[in-house]
Amino acid sequence: MKKVAYFPGCTLKTKAKELDRYARKSAEALGFYLDEIENWQCCGGVFTTSRNEIATKLSSVRALADAQKKNQTLITVCSACHNVIKQTNHAMQTDEEFALKVNNYLGAGNEYDGKTKVLHYLEYLRDEVGFEEVAKKVVKPLTGKKIAAYYGCLLLRPNSVMAMDDPENPTIIENLIKALGGEAVVYPYRNECCGGYIALEDADSAKKKSTSVVASARSHGAEIIVTACPLCKYNLEKNNPEAKVVYFTDLLAEALGVKEDGNE
Amino acid sequence: MQRIGVFVCWCGSNIAGTVDVEKVSEALKNEPGVVFSTNYQYMCSQAGQDIIKDAIAEHKLTGIVVCSCSPRMHEATFRKTAAAAGLNSYMVEIANIREQCSWVHKDMQSGTEKAIILGKAAVAKVNLNAPLTPGESPVTKRALVIGGGIAGIQTALDIAEAGFPVDIVEKKPTIGGKMAQLDKTFPTLDCAACILTPKMVDVAQNDKIRIFSYSEVEEIGGFVGNFTVKIKKKARYVKEDVCTGCGICTEKCPQKKVPNEFNMGMDNRRAVYIPFAQAVPKVATIDPNYCTMLKTGKCGVCAKVCTAGAIDYTQKDEIIEEKYGAIVAATGFNPISMDKFDEFAYNQSKDVITSLEFERLTNAAGPTAGKLLRPSDGKHPHTIVFVQCVGSRCDACAEKGKEYCSKICCMYTAKHAMLTRDKYPDTDVYVFYIDVRTPGKAFDEFYRRAVEEYGVHYIKGMVGKVSPEGDKLMVRASDLLANKQLNIAADLVVLAAAIEPDKSARPLATMLTASMDTNDFFTEAHPKLRPVESPTAGVFLSGTCQGPKDIPETVSQASAAAAKVIGLLAKDKLMGNPCVAQSNELMCNGCSSCERVCPYGAITYADKEFRMPDRTVAIRRVAMVNEAVCQGCGACTVACPSGAMDLKGFATSQIIAEVDAICK
Repeated sequence: MKKVAYFPGCTLKTKAKELDRYARKSAEALGFYLDEIENWQCCGGVFTTSRNEIATKLSSVRALADAQKKNQTLITVCSACHNVIKQTNHAMQTDEEFALKVNNYLGAGNEYDGKTKVLHYLEYLRDEVGFEEVAKKVVKPLTGKKIAAYYGCLLLRPNSVMAMDDPENPTIIENLIKALGGEAVVYPYRNECCGGYIALEDADSAKKKSTSVVASARSHGAEIIVTACPLCKYNLEKNNPEAKVVYFTDLLAEALGVKEDGNE
Repeated sequence: MQRIGVFVCWCGSNIAGTVDVEKVSEALKNEPGVVFSTNYQYMCSQAGQDIIKDAIAEHKLTGIVVCSCSPRMHEATFRKTAAAAGLNSYMVEIANIREQCSWVHKDMQSGTEKAIILGKAAVAKVNLNAPLTPGESPVTKRALVIGGGIAGIQTALDIAEAGFPVDIVEKKPTIGGKMAQLDKTFPTLDCAACILTPKMVDVAQNDKIRIFSYSEVEEIGGFVGNFTVKIKKKARYVKEDVCTGCGICTEKCPQKKVPNEFNMGMDNRRAVYIPFAQAVPKVATIDPNYCTMLKTGKCGVCAKVCTAGAIDYTQKDEIIEEKYGAIVAATGFNPISMDKFDEFAYNQSKDVITSLEFERLTNAAGPTAGKLLRPSDGKHPHTIVFVQCVGSRCDACAEKGKEYCSKICCMYTAKHAMLTRDKYPDTDVYVFYIDVRTPGKAFDEFYRRAVEEYGVHYIKGMVGKVSPEGDKLMVRASDLLANKQLNIAADLVVLAAAIEPDKSARPLATMLTASMDTNDFFTEAHPKLRPVESPTAGVFLSGTCQGPKDIPETVSQASAAAAKVIGLLAKDKLMGNPCVAQSNELMCNGCSSCERVCPYGAITYADKEFRMPDRTVAIRRVAMVNEAVCQGCGACTVACPSGAMDLKGFATSQIIAEVDAICK
């Protein structure tokens, strides 16, 4: 089975265990193995707001360097981790000063040159496995389910670095939903922010953002909202307790028939 | 030995600010051949030129060096000065101590040092200069205008008015361009068709003008005064000279589902079509991508109904070759694609349209016969949001849009807003803007009328998102002056898309060897003083292919380009550039290396008789340069293995002398 380096991230070991568990199970069902890198640490948190803090980027760089040693593509699942690692990798490739400072920390012999390919799990499914192949492996299609993809902001932006999909009119999760036999609901707020960390200091703002996302999805007929981000899931659920928000790996595992019933 | 005069220019403080001009003229006094050296505040002024003329006479100078600005700026000026004083123009050398010295240095000492070195190099070169006489070439008294929009039309009419024949090449089946699609024109609100179509008819009826419609330029050769151009007349499958334009074929054609490009795809046309009622030439064209007969061989309805017998399914593309003295690029513009601006939901909702689509929706000859109706449901919109600068002034999103201001959007948006309020007073109209830019005669008054008399809501701020919700478009925007977020439930959203040069401009520039800027607008020879000429001799620029322009500006520039063309065509002969290659026949061994690298095809070979030392005669194949065709690029001089090729005025020995002077 093909091995790919895997960076789960802290939340996937605590609050979002099912995101991690079903990512692994689905991968095996699809013919690849998520090879968790050893001794990984927190990705370092929000890249954009701590651009100049080298120390918080070191763990991301170590993960990238580890994947390079294994000669593997680095896969992430959590939107936030993906954003940090991808942006850090980009900075290592394009910002000489940043790269120099980081490499000074890593020490001689451990330098990292930015060559590791970083893919989000969704991208890996689309570009390496192929959604047609995913569709062939589906045993329990999600027929009749109206599913709304929720991208949030970290998965797609900044587009010049993330380069995953059109940030204003993305299609990747919708195409996955279709591959799994579900009905993809397209609604305008799918790439809006959920409120993110602002929930900590201004819960009302986060509530406003999250409710407008859920309302927009509902008004277009969505029954289930699917996301790749633990923070998005938290905000949407907290502010819309009646909404059904699940991770994309949840639906994937269900359709592939690898989800244990009643074990959540 | 030459008697050289050196003239150092201060250029006010442009040069003198960073270069010690006194020191430069003093230092150059001692160079070999220099008999006179001075400096002056503005060498290009009348007084400065007089200093040069007087020195030539007084000191019997055989060559001069002017240390001043770039030769692009004033080489021609000083050559004329020298000629007026009886000195051969090509005995003048310019040492560029401004652009390449004073402007790039901050330190007086290093600036002065470099200026002296540059002056020394020029002196070393003049020592080896020889008088040159430019050759003459005849001028073909016919002009080519590429593009048949309002720019091309105006240029062609003006050239024809002066009595010279003009050909217009237009890639679409009709001339008229973008202006033909417009409804009304700012700031006077006269109807575009009413002022354009008579000009189109003038073009058609002018016996000096030929229109090659549905045609494209394939190949351009030659040089100023003597261009040879191949024009591809695409097969329209209708005999142009037989078709009467009755339009019966366009009514009977069974293929009805072809998006009508003239109406921005908002309705359909047939596979055989006349773009619009006032088209010139008014002949039908069969669209080979949709015609059933051409695709499957089964149909032929148009041929059956055509009483004139004009349909010809066997027509082939035709290549026409013609000679021209001057070429005018008038390739125009297009709105940019809205595909990368999905935050405005252009691809998600039919009711998000571009301004050009709005023009068609309000045009009496458009898909709704001039009634402003929503494309989705044909209902009258009650709230309309106009968004300006969509893709313009986008410095942070260069991959999506353009960094420049598209210039025309502020005014046409004011026009759209005003006309909407005038015709449908029950409609709420919002305009979101970054800045409102209305310089131009009667422009600001026009915009203020939209705000003050017509009650258009102008809001400073940009729209962040347009979300289709039910049959409404939820527009989320910021009002920067009130510092608040707005949510407007609109029925129609109109995007003022940035404009960009037509895609045909880039390949055309390559064919013309004309330069372009990074946005694919043609570059003018001088941004202020030669705005309608390309740096390539004989190539002129008309309209938006040079930069964003409105109609009045386009027409002015079109007429200016025509004036330049007329000035060129009025000459019987052109002075060529004498700095061309020449082959030393005694050294040439006929290897053809030079011929292979010559981009202009200026080199031919001839068998020549040579008298040998032993009094026998040998016949050898040697290279010959056609001086009228050679552009003096120097590629052959580098390629020649025996050193037989040299460039007059830029001989290898002269270049080496310059390098030696610099490295000394």
